[in-house]
Amino acid sequence: MTYSPPRDRLWFLRRRAYLVFVLRELTSLFVAWSVVYLILLLDAAAGGALPAFWAWAAGPWVLAVNVLALGATVFHSVTFLNLAPKATVIRLDGWRVPGFMISGGNYSAWLAVSVLILWVLS
Amino acid sequence: MILRVSRYRPGVDAEPVFQEYEVPDRADWAILDALNHVKDAVDGTLSFRWSCRMGICGSCGMNVNGEPKLTCGTFLTDYTGPVTVEPLRGFPVIRDLVVDIDPFLANLSKVSPWLIREGEEPDSEYAQTPEQLEAYKQYSMCINCMLCYSACPVYVLDPDFLGPAAIALAQRYNLDSRDMGDRFDVLSAEEGVWGCTFVGECTSACPKHVDPAEAIQRYKLTAALRSVLPFTRRRP
Repeated sequence: MTYSPPRDRLWFLRRRAYLVFVLRELTSLFVAWSVVYLILLLDAAAGGALPAFWAWAAGPWVLAVNVLALGATVFHSVTFLNLAPKATVIRLDGWRVPGFMISGGNYSAWLAVSVLILWVLS
Repeated sequence: MILRVSRYRPGVDAEPVFQEYEVPDRADWAILDALNHVKDAVDGTLSFRWSCRMGICGSCGMNVNGEPKLTCGTFLTDYTGPVTVEPLRGFPVIRDLVVDIDPFLANLSKVSPWLIREGEEPDSEYAQTPEQLEAYKQYSMCINCMLCYSACPVYVLDPDFLGPAAIALAQRYNLDSRDMGDRFDVLSAEEGVWGCTFVGECTSACPKHVDPAEAIQRYKLTAALRSVLPFTRRRP
């Protein structure tokens, strides 16, 4: 007769690594919010309702959520890009490209796209 | 030094209870040495698995102060206060520190962890270049100690998950130039690589520096590509 412990519903509080993981997963909610916000922005731009959209976006609750979303999406992006070398093993003539170069490539692409968007908006 | 050891005696204990033993605080003693001292000199009823005492057999994995460890490679000097020793999490407890490893063995057998060949056997050995060896060597260091399973919250919550070591060993053969098998159906199932949420603790827990988390993420990429290009064989 074996003993199987009951399911631990607070497992994520048992170790720091588990807690960090759960927080990382929860930031997905803010990533989803950012996507919804961008779709609303595009919809307003297409429908000629940008002034009304900016008025709504300047409200304290929307500002607060967006500040939180900015922090969460940056955290999500950084942890995601730091993990990229785990899934991407590149060998060039037998030489394995180091993880920092793969992460660096991803960060460079992120920076380039951000600069491009900034240039388009300005 | 005080050892707080989880005891579970079927038919006696309804659930595990802790029992404390005082052991000599010797600098050269691993936790396993302390447990063997208890077994030999204090309480012969204490049950635990061990064999090689040098981190090769993978038998003596236990939770030490909440962390999955090989007790032969974890020393009393690594701790200052009482040391709590429990069975590996995620597995049914048979007795004291002995867990039922059948669920792990069942998962392991699903991935066919051996070289699969087709056609006639060659007359000589299968030669490999150093680069071909390097492609899978890391994963071949797995000793099936199950510490990665105990560290993985996904496996502990859902025992149907194939688990880190089984997937790492599948990759050990997938990446072997001599292997001709196809483990796609098993690995790409929901309880295969897609069950992994990338906590990464399997890699942190591994005493042999295997990187199961990397193996799983790499196969996610492979499985995704094969799903998009279903006509692609594993090794074109």
